[in-house]
Amino acid sequence: MYNFDVEMPGSVADAVSAMGREEAQALGGGQTLIPTLKQRLASPSVLVSLSKISEMKGVCTGEDGALCIGGATVHAAVAKDGFAGLAGLASRIGDPAVRARGTIGGSLANNDPSACYPAAALGCGATIVTNSREIAADDYFQGMFDTALEEGEIITEVRFPVPEVSRYEKFVQPASRFALVGVFVARFSEGVRVAVTGASEDGVFRWAEAEAALSQAFSENAVDGLSVPADGMISDLHGSAAYRAHLVGVMTKRAVANAA
Amino acid sequence: MRIDMVVNGKEAGGEVEGRTVLSSFLRDQLALTGCHVGCDTSQCGACVVHVDGQAVKSCTMLAAEAAGSEITTIEGMANADGSLNVIQQAFQDHHGLQCGFCTPGMVMSAAALLKENPKPSEAEVRDYLEGNICRCTGYHNIVKAIMAASGQDVVPVAAE
Repeated sequence: MYNFDVEMPGSVADAVSAMGREEAQALGGGQTLIPTLKQRLASPSVLVSLSKISEMKGVCTGEDGALCIGGATVHAAVAKDGFAGLAGLASRIGDPAVRARGTIGGSLANNDPSACYPAAALGCGATIVTNSREIAADDYFQGMFDTALEEGEIITEVRFPVPEVSRYEKFVQPASRFALVGVFVARFSEGVRVAVTGASEDGVFRWAEAEAALSQAFSENAVDGLSVPADGMISDLHGSAAYRAHLVGVMTKRAVANAA
Repeated sequence: MRIDMVVNGKEAGGEVEGRTVLSSFLRDQLALTGCHVGCDTSQCGACVVHVDGQAVKSCTMLAAEAAGSEITTIEGMANADGSLNVIQQAFQDHHGLQCGFCTPGMVMSAAALLKENPKPSEAEVRDYLEGNICRCTGYHNIVKAIMAASGQDVVPVAAE
């Protein structure tokens, strides 16, 4: 790693001010960023650690019934306190040691095309709250590793509308254990949302056709005959575009079958 | 920068660079070389230590972020009289190690598991060890050792 300064702010206000330093980079749990720094794929001059900001940690229920998760909350805490679909997702990210450090804000800010959390945020229609504004998940994800976040903006909270039932199913890439394809299905009184991660070259996306079908009838059979085009799907040695497109249907069915 | 923490029950500290990871600090400055660095990319789990009671991969945490924390490494696991603790003894009894490189991380992960789940099923043990890689044993005897350490019956013969 190239060397850098480390700032350890104790409040969001101090973190925002530290992010004003030249070439500053926010550090969530570091489970992606630190390996990236070791490979010298990034060279910030200062890392602003968000791990000591207690106002950014924890899970609670907001006035509107939404589940509010602090941006610096680790996966292990969400696995314990999230609703069924979200807790299930968080409990299968990485391994126990990674879940003790990795954070929801870090995952969403990075927007890795194979990360799990983007599927939950988009699949639930969550709101990404930053130090300066609120961003709807539908506007937040803007392609592989790309988000609506501005320079220096920090995710302080993520608000999830709580679905009636939900489930995340992923087909893991056997070496990295990241999602080769992951699908989050959430049923709300106003309809069903389906979000797919791992598959597309544009990152997480909603599968509108399946949403319409599942909103009519929430059963595995509703997805029969539906398919996503292989065009634009990631193709690599772990799976072709056609294979990933096929897995989207399979994972969606499993998620519907196991929704709770 | 100067950092201070409690390591294995004793005050410890030193000067570190921003980029110093916890595993480097433990090994190079505190001479706690039982914390093994296998992959240095947070895959293998040989470097697992406890930070404020949580098992973490010390190669993927900045030392600066551990300032003020309580750290436990494999060197802090033995009983007060120096004898092996129940998990370590179970690894010896059930041949849970061959070359031993992964063992510190395995023991630290096992200790974290048994603290939150004192009587895990075999499937739960295997699931919890997802981030700990062993290239010798095929895991069978490691799982067996952890089951035994939790006080559950295991088949005594290593292989049959």
